[in-house]
Amino acid sequence: MTSEDTLTIALAGQPNVGKSTLFNLLTGLNQHVGNWPGKTVERKEGTFTYNGHTYQLVDLPGTYSLTANSAEEVIARDFIIKERPDVVVVVVDAAILERSLYLVAELLPLPAPVIVALNMMDVAQQEGFRIEPEVLEAALGVQVVPMVAARNVGVHELVEAVDTMARDGYDYAPKRPEIRADHRDVLAQIEALIEGCVPEPYPQDWVALKLLEGDREITRMMQECLPEEQWQQVYGILRQHDDALMAVASGRYEWIGRMIRAAVTRPQVGQIGLTERLDHWATHPFWGLVILAGILGLIFWLTYAIGAPLQELLDVYVVGGLAELARAGLAGAPAHLSDLIVAGVIGGVGAVLTFLPILLIFFAVMGTLEDVGYMARAAYVMDGFMHLMGLHGKSFLPLFLGFGCNVPAVLGTRVIESPKARLLTIMLAPLIPCTACMAVVAFLAPAFFGSAATLVSWGMILVALVVLALSGILINKIAFQGQRAAFIMELPLYHLPNGRTIGLLVWQRCLAFVKKAGTLILVVSVVVWILSALPDGEIETSYLAQIGHALEPLGRLMGFDWRLMVALLTSFVAKENSIATLGVLFSAGEETGLAATLAATFSPATALAFLVVQVLFIPCVATVAVVRQETNSWKWTLFNVGFLLLVSWTVGVGVYWLARLVGL
Amino acid sequence: MKNIKTHWAASMPASQLSKNEVTALSALHAGERGVVAELLGGRGVLGRMAALGFTPGAEVKMMQNFGHGPLIVFLRDTRVALGRGEASKVRVRRA
Repeated sequence: MTSEDTLTIALAGQPNVGKSTLFNLLTGLNQHVGNWPGKTVERKEGTFTYNGHTYQLVDLPGTYSLTANSAEEVIARDFIIKERPDVVVVVVDAAILERSLYLVAELLPLPAPVIVALNMMDVAQQEGFRIEPEVLEAALGVQVVPMVAARNVGVHELVEAVDTMARDGYDYAPKRPEIRADHRDVLAQIEALIEGCVPEPYPQDWVALKLLEGDREITRMMQECLPEEQWQQVYGILRQHDDALMAVASGRYEWIGRMIRAAVTRPQVGQIGLTERLDHWATHPFWGLVILAGILGLIFWLTYAIGAPLQELLDVYVVGGLAELARAGLAGAPAHLSDLIVAGVIGGVGAVLTFLPILLIFFAVMGTLEDVGYMARAAYVMDGFMHLMGLHGKSFLPLFLGFGCNVPAVLGTRVIESPKARLLTIMLAPLIPCTACMAVVAFLAPAFFGSAATLVSWGMILVALVVLALSGILINKIAFQGQRAAFIMELPLYHLPNGRTIGLLVWQRCLAFVKKAGTLILVVSVVVWILSALPDGEIETSYLAQIGHALEPLGRLMGFDWRLMVALLTSFVAKENSIATLGVLFSAGEETGLAATLAATFSPATALAFLVVQVLFIPCVATVAVVRQETNSWKWTLFNVGFLLLVSWTVGVGVYWLARLVGL
Repeated sequence: MKNIKTHWAASMPASQLSKNEVTALSALHAGERGVVAELLGGRGVLGRMAALGFTPGAEVKMMQNFGHGPLIVFLRDTRVALGRGEASKVRVRRA
């Protein structure tokens, strides 16, 4: 609950109504992003002051309704029911008034006063709607503040209304929606049966309504709270009226119809807006794919044109400068300590830092595509294809960008609403061969396969994609019983991106990466470095080498020796480390060169198996760290690592023996 | 002249052939309108569809339907994309 002088405001709204824009406008950088307790749903809260009062603003997850279809709805309504915010501001889209008032209809029966922020008045006007906020206000019985959050119009009036309501008390008498007439008696029966048994702080009439709607959480709760005999009676009624869900929803839409009939004049039918014209191309089965491919090309071009040079600059000047400083400062210290700081710690910091330029570009692009409204279109054109793997259309973009780097791919899964589809996408993302991984392949393939190197490289990508598809089908079948969230998704109106919203998103995501994933990356880098340097500073006799020797039997099945095992182990810090490690272990580089030495030491079958394992192996520690960050679960992270180890080893052994069979 | 009969049937607007007929939403052609009559299917999906506006009496207009894959409808002032499977569970009365 709140302290005496800080009041809590909950910000509710359906997706795409401009809720984040309003949140960012009110709180600016005074916001904190975390997760809702025990959930992977993002929780944003921030503070602002008005009139000398401090307000805590909690951004509830964007949901279309408050019936338990997913974690988001439960979080939103539980916050309102259990935490009792002083005011709930619900943002509605004036251009989609009917649909966005549905959430208002769900909020009014809850025990917290509501103020309606009637956003996107400018869009509504462009679309030809004429809305009279005062009439709507009178009809709803709650305050309605017209605004254009993207242009900071009406926000001051909203805050003023909130302040007045929260401080001076109010006369709050909303006109609440009712269930469709043909189900009124049933609702009364249920309410009579559960009377006195509803646990605090749930409102009794609301619980009765949710029971009729077939809400999973509330049904479970009441089954526990009611005496067996009474529950059987309730259950009997519910089974008899399993169509009640539609009666409740229809009742809400009928109520909405009455609310807006007086307040809104609708546009002439038949006018073709910008969105319709753009969608003619963007959602077309063929042109939609062409546009998507163009956008993907642009993203990769941006990453290489801006991201790679920035990475280089960071690496040379910031990380290199730091290393030099440390070396100079530690001139008198023992060599061991100096090495640990320079190679271990600063190397680890460098690994974290050099991800930032790529993440920056990636989040800026993803944020823009989402804000403009294109993300839903990309999901729409890719949905059929992604279904084959039990995935959602929205999984495509993050996965595809994994070819650049797996870290933003995992972080990018936030655009996927369905938690299961999101988790599955996170589990599969590390199987996409990233640029660092393909660099290793590009170095080793020519040494072993000469002119066939290109073919081998493409083969590796193909193997990775086939394994990804099969894993998707498999994990979906076993872990999620083949369930797939229904494909139903709003295609929002296109609009100009909001720089502030995107800027804050980029800032928060990068900050979260450095704070959460950064620590783990640093620790693992240092640990691996120590293992490779102790006990006597030589990697050949280090603890890491000893681990390599111990693991050699597993590698034998593919013709690996301990050195290849050590190379794989060091690739955990960063994929390209494989090459550096092999360089040291084969002390090559002087006469023959590493490539030639490797080709002379191992058979092509072993080389092929090594490449396959390298491609499918556990991803770099940065990816594992963000898998942990995004799943918020060590269980799933370890499952992911174990799964990838198993898959890479199995496929590696398979490829090795297949290659032996054909005589490589 | 040989295919005159089929030609006549094909040229007749589908909406006139079947006025007031209740059919699956997925059977509407692009540009056709209808009114939702009922929804079939399990509660989880129905709940989500109802929240997005698919309730009896809602007016829908088919925006895109290529006969396969997902489709786009316009209802309650919004474009909604839905899978063919989901669309076949919505029964509409042609308008």
